Amino acid sequence: MHETPGSPREPAPSTYDIIIVGAGIVGAMVARYLSRYQLKILWIEKEADICMGASAANSAIVHGGYAVEPGTLKAELNVRGNAMWDQLAEELHFSFERCGTYAVAIGSEEQEALRAEEARARANGVPYQLISGEEMRRREPQISPETSGALFCPVGGVCDPWGATIAAGENAVTNGVTLKRSTAFLDFIWEADTNKPPQIAGIVTDRGEFRARWVINAAGLYADEVMHRAGVREEFTITPRRGEYVVLDRNHFQLDNVLFPMPSRISKGILVTTTVHGNTIVGPNAEEVGDREDAAVTTQGLEEIWEGALKLVPNLDRHAIIAVFAGLRPGSNAPTPDPKIDYHKDFVIEIPESIRGLVNLGGIESPGLTAAPAIALRVIELLKQAGEVLYEKPNWNPIRPGRPVFRHLSHAEQAELVRKDSRYGRVICRCEAVTEGEIVAEIHAPVPADTYDAIKRRTWLGTGRCQGAFDMPRVVELLAQELGLNPLEITKRGGPSKLLARRTKMRD
Amino acid sequence: MKEHYDVVVIGSGPGGLAAALAAKRAGADDVLIIERDQELGGILLQCIHNGFGVEIFGEDLPGPSYAQRFINEVHDLGIETLLDAMVLEITRERTIYATSAQTGFSKLQAKAIVLAMGCRERTRAQIRIPGMRPSGVYTAGTAQRWVNVEGYMPGKQIVILGSGDIGMIMARRLTFEGAKVERVLEVMPYLSGLSRNYVQCLLDFDIPLQLRHTVKRIIGRERVEAVEAVAVDEQWIPVPGTEAIIPCDTLLLSVGLIPENELSQQAGVRLDPVTGGPFVDEGYHTNIPGIFAAGNVVHVYDLVDWVTEAGFAAGESAARYAMCGAETARIPPIPTTAGENVRYVVPHLVNPERLSQAEVRLQMRVRQPLEQPVWIQVHDRETLVTRRAARYARPGEMVNVTLRERDYDKVRQSKELRVSIVPH
Amino acid sequence: MPETTDEMICITCPVGCTLQVTHNGETLLHVDGNTCSRGLGYVERELTDPRRMVATTVRVRGGLHPLVPVCTVEPFPKPRIFELLGALRHIEIEAPVKMNQVVLEDALGTGVDVVASRDMPGTGS
Repeated sequence: MHETPGSPREPAPSTYDIIIVGAGIVGAMVARYLSRYQLKILWIEKEADICMGASAANSAIVHGGYAVEPGTLKAELNVRGNAMWDQLAEELHFSFERCGTYAVAIGSEEQEALRAEEARARANGVPYQLISGEEMRRREPQISPETSGALFCPVGGVCDPWGATIAAGENAVTNGVTLKRSTAFLDFIWEADTNKPPQIAGIVTDRGEFRARWVINAAGLYADEVMHRAGVREEFTITPRRGEYVVLDRNHFQLDNVLFPMPSRISKGILVTTTVHGNTIVGPNAEEVGDREDAAVTTQGLEEIWEGALKLVPNLDRHAIIAVFAGLRPGSNAPTPDPKIDYHKDFVIEIPESIRGLVNLGGIESPGLTAAPAIALRVIELLKQAGEVLYEKPNWNPIRPGRPVFRHLSHAEQAELVRKDSRYGRVICRCEAVTEGEIVAEIHAPVPADTYDAIKRRTWLGTGRCQGAFDMPRVVELLAQELGLNPLEITKRGGPSKLLARRTKMRD
Repeated sequence: MKEHYDVVVIGSGPGGLAAALAAKRAGADDVLIIERDQELGGILLQCIHNGFGVEIFGEDLPGPSYAQRFINEVHDLGIETLLDAMVLEITRERTIYATSAQTGFSKLQAKAIVLAMGCRERTRAQIRIPGMRPSGVYTAGTAQRWVNVEGYMPGKQIVILGSGDIGMIMARRLTFEGAKVERVLEVMPYLSGLSRNYVQCLLDFDIPLQLRHTVKRIIGRERVEAVEAVAVDEQWIPVPGTEAIIPCDTLLLSVGLIPENELSQQAGVRLDPVTGGPFVDEGYHTNIPGIFAAGNVVHVYDLVDWVTEAGFAAGESAARYAMCGAETARIPPIPTTAGENVRYVVPHLVNPERLSQAEVRLQMRVRQPLEQPVWIQVHDRETLVTRRAARYARPGEMVNVTLRERDYDKVRQSKELRVSIVPH
Repeated sequence: MPETTDEMICITCPVGCTLQVTHNGETLLHVDGNTCSRGLGYVERELTDPRRMVATTVRVRGGLHPLVPVCTVEPFPKPRIFELLGALRHIEIEAPVKMNQVVLEDALGTGVDVVASRDMPGTGS
């Protein structure tokens, strides 16, 4: 026999009200905001950790909303999402700075494009200020002398996208959401005896079947595959667009602003931007790739972004490069719901009418990070409209407490922390000053960090000048010790990504 | 532990150990070594191969033995050590903030500091190797620590990029421990390490070396599955049609070392963009009064023996500064400059008066290899100050020329000391 | 044995002279390219009894680290290096270890000792 909605029977252990597929920023925000209600929620992720897809490798910008086409879902949710970040960062304790962003016009020929940016800002209701080239050069002395003007958007900012995703996910888990990582969606299970629109009864994963009344598709780069399994939007496709970046050492090159060029037709262009860690990042390019896992960096790509970046900031120094990475954006072909708007790369955020039990999210590329909290609220609205009665938990806790970050403390605070717990006295990553105490805290956190990269995403260890050369053996040792594993079992990113092959001295 | 020291040495590799010993011997009472690892010795402890000490001891020692001799003496002289401790910040006024799981957070004041943090390895990002980012891409030094200290093999089938000494030595080490080293790729047309390491680490074990080759792409999503090697032309541009996929599970990088000067910069120490290390005078004094620097933190050496020698000189200067304060030079120091075929010269300044007490060795790297007899010569404009002959000059090996007491008059009258390396 | 000419690189010092070595099996006939007399001695030995210093690690029980580095005290016959490594793989010594402590005496009957390259204190010390 199978479950029916509202069944008075005590649900079996693998039965949930809602299953969320995908643990990027969208899945994490949906999980977090839904954890407020009296719902039994399962949240699955195919990778070994949360925040390993598009949310892990992007420009880390909280966009103001002037760059998106007016009238689209992207525009609406960008603006609405942007306004939510101060409270979010305060409740979840991740890094976010509303520093403002600049869209910079180089030469008189880009003045027209600047006017178009202004028009969009006005249409989208985004606060902005037009400044002269001279004023722009005063605010950012390293900018191109050819600068002819800029649009300053005071509500734009920079965030730590790893921190935001993980903090939201952790908040969801401490509020009762069940997270299963290394669990891949395979297919839907359907109610057998519904005659009208087919009703989803659950999902099949590589770790077994799970039943639920609702499934939320937050599968990012794989959102099309999930919705096609449900038989909706057969025409919808995700075309992964690869963006490559370089990271510049803050000790070598410093820039205090977020600088966008004038946009091209396919992307916001190659930006040069500060980060919450003080390092400058440069990128991305935009290359459509067939493979959804092909986050490779290429020689041509890196040349392209470097060339592009020099147009904005001519004195960039290649010697300052400490890291290169690539991310994949889940670009789609979805038309804007409003038929008057001719735009075909919009978000999909809907409960399709042809079936029951699916909340369908797709094509959540930029400004998806900014919009994610607003998307979560939209999901809740959609569920309510579909007749779902949501009861708030009396004890829901919106706060995800911050944990000590050694490098953010004053010397006096550092001394105090070390006195309380000596493990904060041992620095494991010298470039980013990450201590053993911080690493151990993450290994035992509500969403435990159990791979090298998981610790990196939570502490920023290994992201500095030596790129992990110094900390890696020590982190492997700590992971093994804290998890009760053999160091040979420790992986970089889960699955077969083991770091070590065998012991040197085998007893033969 | 005290709060005030005469000399604090940061780092306990060969440079730091020598500096501490020299400072103590020169009469500094309170000398402290701060070391981030749980024991003294630095990277020497993982360099278990022999080849150390020929210049200093006239013996061919393994790295740990070379370190042990100095460590024993550090203990014999009663030099204090702060182990398992990371220096977080040093100031221009020589205040040191350090943290340790064993002794907690400390704030120390030093009359003189010797920077001896050594160097770090260049990484994949710095040479921008394209491809995926799977596990199995390590610097040679990280692999060396795993294999020699912790007893783990990073992989079984290995490609090494870079023919630096650590890379070649790791090729042999991994072969000894049962791995298959497929080949060593070197982008330059010549070896970047010593030729004897080529013989005893690669030739002896039939490990192919491909000069003018590099890695075009890393293949594998989770773990390295292969690398694509390619030949390059004089401009390091890949030559189409020369690509070869080499199956392997590990790529080791031995692509250069960079002096580690983030702490130095905090204190306002000025760095030479060519060496990546501080500007120093012949006593290894940086531009910040009371802050000295020795060893690979100044520039990357080829032989540990020379690091030790620099450590001795820096430690002695630091002790003198701690006890007597700054010396006022009667004659302004003379700048050294890199002339023809010379990449850089260390020290950057020479106080002529020092020549009455000691010889000053100018150390440099050559730009282009010269496999023929050469002059290493020091000029002041058109005047020859001194010169010496050498049988060859190679970028992989440091080159020296020594200023002696007999050169005092010429040095004193010089505006600059320009060093060049030219064919005989 | 026919007369052959091989290229060799002398490893006696960092110069690393490239030598043209004409020999008849183990009998050295002529050397070109050496810039000092040590090259000649190197070639003679290389033809008859090539030797290398061998450095590796052995297991240690109760030490600060699981391994202690060891090294031959003098050059060891090159053809038997892997045999030596195999023998050392079976050795496990007890901490504390002192530098120069003999780990394997008269290795494989060659008369060459293998000794510890450093002190290895016990975990308690």
